[in-house]
Amino acid sequence: MNDFEYRAPASVSEAVALLVEKGERARVLAGGTDLIVQLRGGRFTLDRMVDVKGVPELNQLRYDAAEGLVVGAAVPCYRIYEDELVAAHYPALVDAARIIGGIQIQGRASLGGNLCNASPSGDSIGALIALEATAVIAGPGETRSVPVEQFCTAPGRSVLGPGELLVALRLPPPKPRSGAHYLRFIPRYEMDIAIVSAGVAAVLSPDMSSFVSARVALGAVAPTPLFVTEAGAALAGKPISEESIALAAEAARQAARPINDMRGTVEQRRHLAAVLTTRALRGAVARAKGEQVNGH
Amino acid sequence: MANKVLVRQEFKVVGTRPIRHDGTDKVTGRALYGGDFSLPGMLYGKVLRSPHAHARILSIDTSAAEALPGVRGVVTAKDLPRPEEGIADVGEGAVNLRFLSDNILASNKALYKGHAVAAVAAVDAHTAEAALALIKVDYQVLPAVVNVREAMKEGAPILHESLRTDAQGQKGTTPTNIASRIQFAKGTLEQGFAQADVVVEREFETATVHQGYIEPHNATGLWSSDGQVTIWCSTQGAFTVRDLVSQILRYPVSKIKVVPMEIGGGFGGKTVVYLEPLAALLSRKTGKPVKLVMTRTEVFEGTGPTPAASMKVKMGATREGKLTAAEASFAFEAGAYPGSAVGAGCMCAFAPYDIEHGKIDGYDVVVNKPKAAAYRAPGATQTGFAVESVVDELAEKLGLDPIAFRMKNSAREGTRRIDGPIFGVIGALDCLEAARASDHWSSRLEGPNRGRGVASGFWFNIGLQSSCTISVNADGTVNLVEGSADIGGTRASIAMQAAEVLCLRAEEVKPTVADTDSIGYTQVTGGSRTTFATGWAAYEAAHDVLRQMKERVAKIWEANPADVTYEEGVFGVKGDPKMQMAFRELAGKLNHTGGPIVGRATVDPKGQGGAFATHIADVEVDPETGKVKVLRYTTVQDAGKAVHPSYVEGQMQGGAVQGIGWALNEEYFMTPGGTMANTSFLDYRMPTTLDLPMIETVIVEVANPGHPFGVRGVGEVPIVPPPAALANAIRRAVGVRMTRLPMSPGAILKEMGTV
Ligand SMILES: Cc1cc2nc3c(=O)[nH]c(=O)nc-3n(C[C@H](O)[C@H](O)[C@H](O)COP(=O)(O)OP(=O)(O)OC[C@H]3O[C@@H](n4cnc5c(N)ncnc54)[C@H](O)[C@@H]3O)c2cc1C
Repeated sequence: MNDFEYRAPASVSEAVALLVEKGERARVLAGGTDLIVQLRGGRFTLDRMVDVKGVPELNQLRYDAAEGLVVGAAVPCYRIYEDELVAAHYPALVDAARIIGGIQIQGRASLGGNLCNASPSGDSIGALIALEATAVIAGPGETRSVPVEQFCTAPGRSVLGPGELLVALRLPPPKPRSGAHYLRFIPRYEMDIAIVSAGVAAVLSPDMSSFVSARVALGAVAPTPLFVTEAGAALAGKPISEESIALAAEAARQAARPINDMRGTVEQRRHLAAVLTTRALRGAVARAKGEQVNGH
Repeated sequence: MANKVLVRQEFKVVGTRPIRHDGTDKVTGRALYGGDFSLPGMLYGKVLRSPHAHARILSIDTSAAEALPGVRGVVTAKDLPRPEEGIADVGEGAVNLRFLSDNILASNKALYKGHAVAAVAAVDAHTAEAALALIKVDYQVLPAVVNVREAMKEGAPILHESLRTDAQGQKGTTPTNIASRIQFAKGTLEQGFAQADVVVEREFETATVHQGYIEPHNATGLWSSDGQVTIWCSTQGAFTVRDLVSQILRYPVSKIKVVPMEIGGGFGGKTVVYLEPLAALLSRKTGKPVKLVMTRTEVFEGTGPTPAASMKVKMGATREGKLTAAEASFAFEAGAYPGSAVGAGCMCAFAPYDIEHGKIDGYDVVVNKPKAAAYRAPGATQTGFAVESVVDELAEKLGLDPIAFRMKNSAREGTRRIDGPIFGVIGALDCLEAARASDHWSSRLEGPNRGRGVASGFWFNIGLQSSCTISVNADGTVNLVEGSADIGGTRASIAMQAAEVLCLRAEEVKPTVADTDSIGYTQVTGGSRTTFATGWAAYEAAHDVLRQMKERVAKIWEANPADVTYEEGVFGVKGDPKMQMAFRELAGKLNHTGGPIVGRATVDPKGQGGAFATHIADVEVDPETGKVKVLRYTTVQDAGKAVHPSYVEGQMQGGAVQGIGWALNEEYFMTPGGTMANTSFLDYRMPTTLDLPMIETVIVEVANPGHPFGVRGVGEVPIVPPPAALANAIRRAVGVRMTRLPMSPGAILKEMGTV
C-alpha cells in the first residue's frame, strides 16, 4: 500500500471538487468496510481518499408520508434499522440493513457504499430495487437521478462518472396494501456473502385477493443485481396463490444467468433464485396484509 | 450437563474450577502475543511467494529490490545452508530436513501456490512489500496435481524426481508421488467377511481444511553481533522451534534462544516453523531485529492445512450385530512434502471397536498444496468420518440402535487393535453408556427433515519430555516455571497438580511459561500431552520441594527426616503431635535456615491413556436449500481425570465446533491450476456463534492408571466424531448418505437430486 492523502470535505461541492482534481486516483470513503478492505488487499492504489461522512446531505435520514424516504448515502446501517419510521414503512430495507456484516460493520457500513461498490451480491441493492429507489447523484455537471436498477453496470462498476458522488437514495412512500421482503441464502447464519438473494415488493388488490403489481430483484445471479420484470409481469392481476407465486419463481429461475464459483454452482443458484423468490413473495404478501414477518 | 465421575479418589484442588492465572491479562488485552512484540530499530520482513502451484525456479534476481531505498536485506534459498538428508523429530511426527529447508525457501522448485521463494527486510512493511514486486523470478511453469487420486495415477506430474515409495521399508524404483505405503493387519480378512451377514462398503472423500487459528504466524528475530540468536514467536513448542531453526541454519542450539509469546491458537499448526528461520536469517543479514507477520491469505496458502483424503471402508457384521471384519484403504494428501498423518489415521480408524479380522492400507501422497501440518487428532477425523459412517449404515441395515450396536462391539481393556497394541484401562464403553444415559439421547426429536446421529472417536494421546521447577517464596506461595505453551488452560491445570501435592490453593502457585534458556527441555504442546506430562513434571517437582522442606524441618527440629510428616499444609514429626509447622511458616524461615528451596523434575512418561469420545447431533435440513441447522449437540468424553473441568469442557466444545466446521462448510476451494480461491475467513467458512447451539458436555472419568491423578489428555479427540455424527444425522433427516466433506448446502441439494 502506498501513502495517500485523506480529506474530509464539509459539503457536496467541496467533495466533488476534491474528486474531480484527482480523477481515477481519488475514491470516496463512506464506512470504508469495502474500500479499506480492498485497498489493503491490493485491488487498487490511491492518491486521495475523500471521506464523505461529514457532509450533511449524505447523513440525512428523513421520512415524509408524501415524499417518502431519503437516505443519505453515508448513513450507516444501524441508523436505518433503529429508525422507527423506517421500520414501520420499509421493513424490507431493514431486512437488508440488519444482515450486512455484523454489529461492528453495521456501525459503519452505508447503503450508499453498498450500492456504489456495485457487487452483484450487495445486500441492500435488491431491496432498493424492489422498493423503487432512485439514486441522487451530484457531480461536476447537473445533479441527476438514476433508478437503482440501472445504477450498476458490471461487477464493481456503476453509472457514476468521473468526479460524481452518490448523495442520497430516495424511496417513494409505500403504496396502500403493499409489502416487501428481502431474503438471501448463505451457507452460514451470519457474516457471509449471498449465494443468491431476492428482494420483492407486491401491491395487492383492495380485497387482498390478487396481485396488482410486483417487483422482483435477484442478487448474485448475474454480473449486476438483476431486476426481473418478467417475474413481476407474471404476477400482475393473478390471484394470490402458490400457483401464481410459482409462475414468478419460474420467471426468476429463467432470468438468472449465474456462474459457477467457490460460492455456488449454476444449477444451485438457478434453483435458489426460484426458492428465494417464492419465500420472499410469501413474506411480501404477508406484510401487505399487515402480518409481522421476520427478516431472517 | 451432568458429568459422570467414575474416579474414586477425592482431591482438594484437582477437579475444581479456579480462575485461570493468565485470565485477567487475556480478557483485558494486556497479554502479549507475537504480533505485539517490538524492539528499537526493528525492521519489517515480507515474504515473496510463488504464484504457481508447480514451477521450476530458473533464476531469482533480487538486485532491484535490494536497490530500493529502505530495503536492508533480501534472502533466498541460497542463504540457507545446503541441508543434509536427515530426519528431525517435531513431537507429533518426523520431517525430512531437506524438505523442511526447502519449505522455508524453495530452492529448485516451487511446489505450491504460496511457497516462499524470497524474503525482504525493510524499514517498514510497505517498503518491504514494494520490494517484493521488484524481485524477478524466472519460473518454468509445470503442470500441477492437486488431488490425491490424480497424484497417485500413472503419468501424473511428479513433484520430487527423487521420491520413491517406501512400502514398509521396501523402496520403490521409479519416481512417484506416493511417498509411503503402510499396512496393518490382524486375523484373516476373508474368514471375517465370510462370517458376516451384512457387509457395507463405501468410498469417502474429505477436503483440505485449515486449523484456522485466529492469530497468524509471526516471528521476530535478533542475531546479535556475538552470535547469540533470539527469536520471539507464537508457537506450540519453543524447544521445537529451537531444534528446527538449529537444524535448518546448522547453528548450535546453545546459541539460539526462543521466547514463546502468548499464542492465539495453534491446533497442531504451530508445531512447525515457517517465519522463524527467515527472521533469524534476515537479522543476520541486516544486523537489526526483524519482524515478520503473515496475512490471513499467507496463512491459508503457506502454512500447514490438514490433508484431504480419499478413503474406502468395508465392514461386515452378523445378524446379531457382531462386527466380524473391517478393511480400509486411506490415501492422504501430504501436500508438497511427504508426511501426512495417514499413519495415525490408520491406527485410530477402527480403535473404538473390537474386531477380529482387519486390514488397513495407508498411502502418503504428495500433491501441489501446502505441506500438511498436524491438526487436532491428526488423521483420525478423516478416517473416523469414513468408519463411523459405515458403522452407522451397518446398524441401520441390521435394524439396531446405533449406540447399542457400538456398545456390543466396543473396545475394552484387553482388546487388541488392528495395528497391534492392546488396550489397557479405557473408557470407550463408559462413553457410550454415558451417551445413552444422557438427557439428549432420551429427549425426543420431532418434526420433518430432522434427524439424530451419533459417532465415536479415538485418539492415542502422547507422553514425551517435560521439565518443571518450583521455587518457594517467603510468603508461603510458590513460583512454577514450565516450558509448555498454554493453548488451552494448561497453566492452570499444571499449577493445580503442584498445588494438590503442596496442599496450597491454585492461586498460591504462580505458573510461568519460560523461554528455552530458562527451563529444561520440554516437548510441544500437542498430542494432548501437556496436562498429562508437564502436569506430571509439576507433580514430581512439588514432591521434590516437599522432600527438601521435610529435610529442612528435620534440621530445624533436629529430627530424623524420615519421621517428618506433611498433612493438610502442616509439617509434623511422627510420635510428637506438639511439633507443628505450617508450610507458610517454614517458607518464611528458609533463607536463614540453610537457603532457598527449589524443586525440580524432568519426565518422559510412557503411561498415557487413550481418549474416547461419543457425540450426539440433532440436525434439521432445509430440503429446498440443503442447509443444515445443528439443533442440539452433545459431546461425551473420557478425560481420565478432569483437572480443571471448565477447560476440559472448553476443549470438548472447541474440538466439536472445529469438527462441525470441517463437516459442513470448510474447504480449500482449489482451481484446477492449484490456486486456493477462498483465502479469507469470508469465504473459508468456519462456523460462527450463530451457526451453533450451545455444545453440551458430559465428562466421563475413567482414571488412567498411568498418571498420578488419572489424567489422560483431552484436547484432540473431540474433533474426531462430528463429521460422522452429522452425516449420520443428515441421513436420518432427509435420507441421503453423505460421503464427501464438506456437506455444504450445494452438496446436499445435489445428493438429494434437487439440482
Ligand atoms: C466483515 C464484513 C462483512 C460484510 N458483510 C456484508 C454483507 O453481509 N452484505 C453486503 O452486502 N456487504 C457486506 N460487506 C461489504 C460492505 O460492508 C458493504 O458493501 C457496505 O455497505 C459498504 O458500505 P461502506 O459505507 O463501508 O462503503 P465504503 O467501503 O466506504 O465504499 C464502498 C465503495 O463505494 C464507494 N462509495 C462509497 N460512498 C460513495 C458515494 N457516496 N459516492 C460514490 N462512491 C461512493 C467507495 O469509493 C467504494 O468504492 C461486508 C464487509 C465486511 C468487511
